[in-house]
Amino acid sequence: MSEDKESAEAIVSEVHKKIRAAFDVFDHELNKTVDVREIGTIIRSLGCFPNEGELHDVIAEIEEEEPTGYIRFEKFLPTMTKVLMERNVGVPSPCTPSTGSPSPLSPLSPTHRVDLPGYHRVFRPIPEDLLLQAFEVLDKQKKGHLELEELTKYMTQEGEPFTQEEMEEMLSAAMDPDKNLIFYKDFVSMMTLDDPR
Amino acid sequence: MGCGFAKSDQLKKRDRETSLLVPAATAMRAALLIQRWYRQYVARLEMRRRCTWNIFQSIEYAGEQDQIKLYNFFGYLMDHFTPASSERNLISHIFRENNICRNVDWERYFCYKSIEVPELYSGPHLSFPITCSNAAELVEAFKNKQQLHSRYVLQLLGETWRLLRILPNISQISTCHSKEITICGDLHGHLEDLLLVFYKNGLPSSEKPYVFNGDFVDRGKDSLEILLILFSFLLVYPNDVHLNRGNHEDHIVNLRYGFTKEVLGKYRLHGKKILKLLQKIFSWLPLATVIDHKVLVLHGGISDTTDLHLISRVDRHKYVSALRPPKRTRQNRSGMIDSDLEDDDPTSKPVDSSRRRVHSLTHSSSTGSRHEVQRRSLQGLNNRVTCSVEEELKERRRQAGLSQSYGDLRNSLANSDSDPDSGELLESYGDEWKQIVDMLWSDPMPQDGCVPNDVRGGGCYWGPDVTEEVLRRHNLTLLIRSHECKQEGYEFCHNRRVLTIFSASNYYEVGSNRGAYIRMGPDLVPHFIQYQANRATRALTLRQSVGRTERSALRALREKLFAHKSDLISSFQEYDPENTGLISLGHWACAMEAVLRLGLPWRVLRSQLVGDTLDGMLDYHLWFRELAITEPNTELSNASLLETMYKHHSNLETIFRIIDTDNSGLISFEEFRQTWKLLSSHLQTEISDEAISDLAVSIDFNKDGSIDINEFMEAFRLVGGDLLQNERDPH
Repeated sequence: MSEDKESAEAIVSEVHKKIRAAFDVFDHELNKTVDVREIGTIIRSLGCFPNEGELHDVIAEIEEEEPTGYIRFEKFLPTMTKVLMERNVGVPSPCTPSTGSPSPLSPLSPTHRVDLPGYHRVFRPIPEDLLLQAFEVLDKQKKGHLELEELTKYMTQEGEPFTQEEMEEMLSAAMDPDKNLIFYKDFVSMMTLDDPR
Repeated sequence: MGCGFAKSDQLKKRDRETSLLVPAATAMRAALLIQRWYRQYVARLEMRRRCTWNIFQSIEYAGEQDQIKLYNFFGYLMDHFTPASSERNLISHIFRENNICRNVDWERYFCYKSIEVPELYSGPHLSFPITCSNAAELVEAFKNKQQLHSRYVLQLLGETWRLLRILPNISQISTCHSKEITICGDLHGHLEDLLLVFYKNGLPSSEKPYVFNGDFVDRGKDSLEILLILFSFLLVYPNDVHLNRGNHEDHIVNLRYGFTKEVLGKYRLHGKKILKLLQKIFSWLPLATVIDHKVLVLHGGISDTTDLHLISRVDRHKYVSALRPPKRTRQNRSGMIDSDLEDDDPTSKPVDSSRRRVHSLTHSSSTGSRHEVQRRSLQGLNNRVTCSVEEELKERRRQAGLSQSYGDLRNSLANSDSDPDSGELLESYGDEWKQIVDMLWSDPMPQDGCVPNDVRGGGCYWGPDVTEEVLRRHNLTLLIRSHECKQEGYEFCHNRRVLTIFSASNYYEVGSNRGAYIRMGPDLVPHFIQYQANRATRALTLRQSVGRTERSALRALREKLFAHKSDLISSFQEYDPENTGLISLGHWACAMEAVLRLGLPWRVLRSQLVGDTLDGMLDYHLWFRELAITEPNTELSNASLLETMYKHHSNLETIFRIIDTDNSGLISFEEFRQTWKLLSSHLQTEISDEAISDLAVSIDFNKDGSIDINEFMEAFRLVGGDLLQNERDPH
């Protein structure tokens, strides 16, 4: 029993260190604060996949009562620890799709599960096959590729639209320069290859 | 903007066609998922990019610190060893640089007239006084990879020296409506960047004044060409081209960072003369430029004691190397007094007798006590340096509130001599010297105050309050400085009162950063022009460029890991008392920082450095094997010697180059042995004669029994290419 407790403490302290290391990378003034605009990068770089709305919820929770434009580490740490711990405990590991192969987009539908206590949906990694399905949904004619305009339209007009900059950056990586087409299967596997996990 | 509208019109047309195909709700969910995923991906890239930057910067600054420690050690040897001791002899010449530079002698010494330009020479020709078309031809010639004949080089440098001597320490210049001033930061031998600036902005002329803010040389491969171009424009337009000295315009710094090697490689016959002349020229470079009495431009920065009036009065050329304060007089062994000062300078006459030397001679009369003193103060020095470094890095860099005072730093930089009289002697130059070091070496920090710059090892960190105070005191509005690489090429800090400008793009690695220059008119509002010299990088996606830069950073880091292998292993073993060969990743991160002290976010870097783990446990022996560094091809049995060599690669090269007094690039076996002896006393570790002999045997000697420094250093590189001197990709 006490051993369990010890190891749980060890896990928490390791999670704390991880959060701190990521936070420190953006703490340019070394005063345990970061610019609120970089919080998304920090949270996501810790392996979480929130959408913009969910991110705002988290920021609202950790921001000062009078927002200063900066987030303090003391505020960030407990929230982020909770997030990462819940993710570790509550969610099946992404490498074992034990939930059974999801029917097309079914895990996508309850977009507002974030209202429930806990963050595990917000921060659950997106499996590669699910991502591919999303692209396939957009590729109505099942051509195996999307056209530049198609992808741009969906990404800048639907959901939480990309900025011009985000769009250009995505296209520069996604588009086949000779054909001006997005072969999304190649794109997805190229991008997930970079993922260390 | 116009084209954006056209695009979206097009999109709307397509819209109507495609929206019929995918049900809106499904499309939205799919888009959301892709956006969520992509934004996470970009965030991860951004984190990697920042970490890469941290790696490069940490390694760069650790190298500077190393350099200064080594230099302090030499200074220490000079002060504490008898003039006849062999260690002193080997290095004394670096402190005695100007003894052949007295006007009469050195005019003869540097005489270029005897050097014939052969008819076969196809490079550019210069005529003196130099003209603007000469200067433009030089630019063109260097663009086409031609070399300037050594006769012209020497002549150009001689003329430059003559001109620089009459320039004030601080150049006062003014803008007017027709003349915007262009300000460039560090170039570091990146000729490509200078050419690009000229291409975009035009060559210097009386209509187009320029300020070049120091660090023209080192690191890049065309430092000399940059100097020759800048000097020739300076000669043509002395009122419109302004060069400020940087911390790399220093012959001691050049030993480590490549400029010495570059010159000797390009001018085998006359390289040594060129270097001597440059050493002198560097000491005569002006220290700062003030625009319209309002904007101060200097290389590093300021400190709480910066006083431009004092600076305008110093004899700047006494500071041949800013790393060490000059002495009033020195006596070399032949009894000749060598002075750093020119004969035409009335203050140059020796005033004090060399009490200092006498004092250390008395020490040496009793050998025992001399060694005791040596050990004690060396350790004191090392401890002080290590302690402060440790503290500094623990809080990462720039933490204010260190207990160490500036005085401590000054003492440790000057030397750790505790002789009561030495202080007195230094006193008169101490303040001046500190002013100059602060100008050349300092960096701004976000906190108020002024603390020693322990990360670089020289100068200070100054805060916004110091900026306010110094600008107010001098009635200035803006400080423009360089000295630090910035990803965008420029950066404001201190409430936009301090502006950093850096003009060497791709400084750490292709794609690592943009370069920039400033244009400024009479309103004194800076306008920035950014660029990236390498054509290929502009086409890279964020992912590709992060990946590429990261690989190179990790390679440099792996080199560090490998060099500290035995320390790391023993640190890992402390976390592994049962000797299972496994440690947790948390312990791994702790051990990494404890040994390497680079202040890096190891937990973030973990995924880049550690491959497979067994249930979160790392097999550290296996990990070292998998770091997959090609070991050099030698049968050297002494692993610890090998490790020392990797760890102190740059120090070793610096000592080699110092010992190679005739700059031939070759040293004898005896000198080779002496180098190691010096290194081992610097590191306070034993390196046996036997191990050194082994090492000497394992490498190829030239037939005459000498060792080629370049070949030797190449043979013992862990990974091809020095971190900061990477060859550019050909494309």
